[in-house]
Amino acid sequence: MNFRKYLVLLSVVLFSAAGDVMLSRGMKQIGEIHLTNLGSAFSALGNAWVLLGICFLIIFFASYLTALSWADLTFVLPATAFSYVVMALLAHSLLHEQVSVQRWCGIMLIVAGVGFVAGGPSHTEHAPTPAQSAPGLADPDFVKVRK
Amino acid sequence: MKTLYTWSAIAMVVTTSTAGDILLAKAMREIGDLGQLRRKHGIFAVVARVLGSATFLLALLFMTMAFFSLLIGLSWADVSLVGPAAASLTFVTNAVAARIFLKEDVDRRRWFAAILVAAGVLLIAH
Repeated sequence: MNFRKYLVLLSVVLFSAAGDVMLSRGMKQIGEIHLTNLGSAFSALGNAWVLLGICFLIIFFASYLTALSWADLTFVLPATAFSYVVMALLAHSLLHEQVSVQRWCGIMLIVAGVGFVAGGPSHTEHAPTPAQSAPGLADPDFVKVRK
Repeated sequence: MKTLYTWSAIAMVVTTSTAGDILLAKAMREIGDLGQLRRKHGIFAVVARVLGSATFLLALLFMTMAFFSLLIGLSWADVSLVGPAAASLTFVTNAVAARIFLKEDVDRRRWFAAILVAAGVLLIAH
């Protein structure tokens, strides 16, 4: 892990939280979507907050793809779970949502779980396929090692 | 009834995002380090390579389904419930699916994290 990779993970955290909060604000303006009229979910795309939220989530997605290209899914997901805390803070301050003590405890437990994973290795090394191996260098006894 | 709707939307988000995440991770593993690719061949080659992957496109389909399920869920409940609950449950199902389908080394550390996250979800939900 180098500085550039930490920046990518930070970008995943910030744009994911901000994007979700903007989507929430937009959906609150639109109102409830009923099962009898699911097509109205598409009309949400005309709301400015929903569109801005989607822009933020596109940046989140690009960062997420970049992270997945050099790290395990089971590393990237928990390592970026700090976004729950950012999201709760934004929802509390900008959307005036009530975040109870119990919910904060839940969020803290999640973050603790995240800390566990983030301190560990980021990538599972797999045995190279025959196509990836140089002829004659393939090791049949190759075992999984982790960086 | 509203609670049932909310949790149905959350279940839909979890199922579709897990499928999407696993396919996405598989696609990115097949393509390789995007940073290195960009430095060697430029950003347009990276975009073309990603968009040309069938696995990526299938992942995108599942993630689109997850996105609209999330939108519906957000219209029924607070973002601080739907967001963390769906994402945290997805984290647990992803750990199981990544071990089975991606052969990732989900060690004790990662399983313990999954248990902590599941406990956190219970606290958020009740």
